[in-house]
Amino acid sequence: MSEDFVLELEHIRKEYPGVVALKDVTLQLRRGEILGLIGENGAGKSTLIKCCSGAVVPTSGKIKINGKEFDRMTPQLAAENGIAIIYQEFNNVGELSAAENLFLGRPIRKGMVIDRKAMEEEAAKAFDQLQIKIDPKELVKNLSVGYQQMIEIAKAIQQNAQVLIMDEPSAPLTTNEVENMFKVVELLREKGVSIIYISHRLEEIFHLSDRIEVIRDGEYVDTLITPKATVDELIKLMVGREMTQQYPPRKPCIDKSKVVLELRNVYGNGDEDMSLKIHVGEVLGLGGLVGAGRTELAEVIFGAKAKTSGQILLNGKEINPKSPREAIDLGIALVPEDRKRHGALLTNSIKNNINMPIYERISKASVIDAATEKANAEKYRKDIQIKCPSINQLVRNLSGGNQQKVILGKWLAANSQLIIFDEPTRGIDVGAKYEIYKLINDLVESGHSILMISSEMEELIGMSDRIIVLAEHQMTGELQKEEFNADTIMTLASAIVDNAENAGVKEAS
Amino acid sequence: MKNLKGNSLIKSNAIWIVFILEVIIFAIASGGTFVTGSNIVNIARQVSYYGIASIGMTFVILIAGIDLSIGSIITLVNVVCAFLMVNAGMNMWVAVLAALIMATLIGVINGAMVASIGIPALIATFATQTIFEGVAYLISGGRPIAGFDQNFGLFGRWSIGPIPICAIIMILCFVLGSFILNKTYFGRYFYAIGGNEEAAELSGIRVNRVKYLIYALSGLFAGLAGIVLLSRSGSAQSTVGKGLEFDVITCVVLGGVSVNGGVGRMSGVIAGVLIIGSLTNGMILMDVSEYTQMVVKGIVLAIAVGIDCLSKKRQAV
Repeated sequence: MSEDFVLELEHIRKEYPGVVALKDVTLQLRRGEILGLIGENGAGKSTLIKCCSGAVVPTSGKIKINGKEFDRMTPQLAAENGIAIIYQEFNNVGELSAAENLFLGRPIRKGMVIDRKAMEEEAAKAFDQLQIKIDPKELVKNLSVGYQQMIEIAKAIQQNAQVLIMDEPSAPLTTNEVENMFKVVELLREKGVSIIYISHRLEEIFHLSDRIEVIRDGEYVDTLITPKATVDELIKLMVGREMTQQYPPRKPCIDKSKVVLELRNVYGNGDEDMSLKIHVGEVLGLGGLVGAGRTELAEVIFGAKAKTSGQILLNGKEINPKSPREAIDLGIALVPEDRKRHGALLTNSIKNNINMPIYERISKASVIDAATEKANAEKYRKDIQIKCPSINQLVRNLSGGNQQKVILGKWLAANSQLIIFDEPTRGIDVGAKYEIYKLINDLVESGHSILMISSEMEELIGMSDRIIVLAEHQMTGELQKEEFNADTIMTLASAIVDNAENAGVKEAS
Repeated sequence: MKNLKGNSLIKSNAIWIVFILEVIIFAIASGGTFVTGSNIVNIARQVSYYGIASIGMTFVILIAGIDLSIGSIITLVNVVCAFLMVNAGMNMWVAVLAALIMATLIGVINGAMVASIGIPALIATFATQTIFEGVAYLISGGRPIAGFDQNFGLFGRWSIGPIPICAIIMILCFVLGSFILNKTYFGRYFYAIGGNEEAAELSGIRVNRVKYLIYALSGLFAGLAGIVLLSRSGSAQSTVGKGLEFDVITCVVLGGVSVNGGVGRMSGVIAGVLIIGSLTNGMILMDVSEYTQMVVKGIVLAIAVGIDCLSKKRQAV
C-alpha cells in the first residue's frame, strides 16, 4: 500500500438477530482529509461509527489503524489509538467550567488538589489553537450549543485524536455556528487531523469534504472525489436500487370532491407552516429524513401534542383535539412508529387491545358488555386475519406483523375515518409487509383516508397517491403520482431547495 | 406456549399451597390452638382491616404506583371519626360518612400530586403520610378518644352468628374489587396503564383521570379499614395506623401483583392477606416477640418482590 491511510475498515459486517445492519462496508480514510459519509436513513452509518468507537462489535471484518489490525474496538482502544467521535449529544457537564470540561476525568493535579489555574491556562491554549473564543472559566451551561460542540472537539484534540468522526454535527447548530464549525474543521485538516463527516445536508458535504463515500442498505456503494461529483449523481447512488418490490393493485377510489383532513398553516411541536389536504380514499405519503418533523406532525393531528397556531379541519369543520381521546372520538387514529412502546399494549390480550379505545362505548354504567367485547375482537381477528390461537392471547407473544394488525384492528373497531401510519412496516418481515399493504388498500377502498409516513423510498412511492416531503420541519414539496421519482424526493428531503423561493411563498400567503 | 401456561397455573396456585402449608405448620406448632374456631374468627377479625385496605393498594400497585399514606389515613380516620362522635356529638353514620369522604379526598390529593404535578408516587404519598399523621396528632393532642355509641360496635365487634361483620365487610369489598377489576372498563384501564402508560394514553385512555380515581379509591378503602379498626378497638389512638401500609403492601405483592405494574389478580391478593394474617396470628400464638415478627415480615416482603423481579428478568431474556 503506497497510500497513507489512518483508518481502514475492511469488509465490516454486523448482524443482529434477524437483521443484517451492515452487509459489507469498506472505508479508507487518508491522513489529513475530510471524508464525507452519506447514505439514506437506515443505510448503516450509525452502526458503522459505533464499530469504530467500540460501542458495537462487528460480526466480521477488520479495522486497521495506522496499519495495525484489530478485529474489534473497545472504547479504550479507540481512545488510545486516537479515534474520537463527536456525537449529536454532548458529554459536557453544564455545572462545570469550560476548562474543567476539557479535562473531565483526567484533571491536572498538584498532588491531591486540582490545579484549576493550570487547567485554565492549558484550556486557553487549546482554544487558541482552534481559534475559538471561549473563556475557560465560563460555566458550560452558559455557552451556546455551538461552543459546547467546540469544547467537545477541543477535548478530542487535547487527547491527541488523529481521527475525528462527526455524526451530523450541524444538526443542532444555527447558521452562524455552522460556519464557525466549518472553520475549525478546516483548521484541523490543515493540522493533519483526518475527519469523517456524516451529514444529511449534501451542501455541507460538498463544501467541506475531499472525498465522499456512499453507503446503501449496509453496503459500500462508491467513493467519489468531491470536486468531480454532482448532487444528482450522489442522490442516484444513495437511492440507487431498482423498484424490486411488488405492491398489491388498488382500485381507483379517491374522491377528490371530499376533503377529509385539511391543515392550514399549522405550527406546533417544532413544525412550521404545515398546509395539506387529504381526500376520501387517498393515501397521502409523507416523505423526508428522520427528524424532518413527520412524526411531530402526526402527533399534532392526533392530539398528543398541541399546535401553537393554524387550523385543522376535519370534514370541513375546525377541530382542536387536545388529547388522543378527543382525536379518536373525532375519527382520527395513529399507528405509531415504535409499535412496542407506543402502539400495542404488550401485556394485555388481543381482545383488550382491540376494544381499548371503545370500552366506554360498549359499557353500561361502566360495566363492559362482554358479548360485544368478544364479538368485536373476533370480528377483526377474522377481517384482518390476525394469526393467533385465541383472542385471549397476550399481544407480546405475536409476531411484529400481527401486532401491527392488532393495532389496526383497534382503530377499525373505533370506527376511525383517518388513519395515520407512522412507518407502517418497520421491523416487519417481507411476507407480512405485503399483507399490511393489502390492508391499507382495503382501507382506502372502503372509504378510509390514510396519511402514511415512510422512510422507505420504495414503500412511499409504491403505496402513496400523492407525496408531501418535509425537511427541517418545513414542507419542501408536493408530488403528484406521475411526478414520483426517488431522486426528486431525496433532493426535497435533503432540503436543497431554493430557500428564497420558499420564503417568497410564505410571504405571498 | 403450553409449558408457559402450565407454569403460570402452578404459579397462581402456588400461593394457596404456601397458605395451606403455613396453616399446617402453625396447627402442629401451636398444638391445635391455631385451627380452633375461636382463633379462626380471631384471624378473620385481624385480617379484615388490612384486607379492606389491600384492595385500593392492589389498584395502585397495578398501575406501578405505591401509596404509603394509607397508614396515616387509617390513623386520621380513627381520630376524626372519634372526634366527631365524641367531642362534636355527631350522629354515628354522619361521622362515618364524613371520615370516609375525608379519606377519599386525601386520596385525591395524592392523585393530584402524582398525576397532575408528576411527583413520583413514592415521594408524594410519603409526604401525605407525614402530613396527615401530624394532623391526627394536632386534632387529638396525642390523647386517646373513647366513649362511642354502643351501635358503633357494628363495624368491628358484632357478629352474625359466628361470622364477624367486619369479615363480611371485607368479603363484600373483595367482591366489589374483583368486579371493578374484571367486569368494568376501569379494570381494563388499570391493566393497560400498568402495562404501558404511553401506549395506554395513545389508545385513548385519559391516564391522569384514571390515576386520580385510583388514588381516591385507595384512600376510600383505607378509610373504611380505619372505621373497622376504630370500631374494634373502641378507642382512637394517634399511633394506630403507623406502619400499616407495610403490611398491606406485603399482602398485595405477596399475592402476585407485580410492583412493575400491569400484572396481578384479586384472588392472589386474598391469599396474600390470609397468609400475612395467619402468619401474624400464628407468631403471636407461639409467643414470638414483636421485633422478631418484624424481621420475619420484612423477609417475606423481600422474597415476594424478589420472586416478582426474577420472573420479570427471565421474561426479558
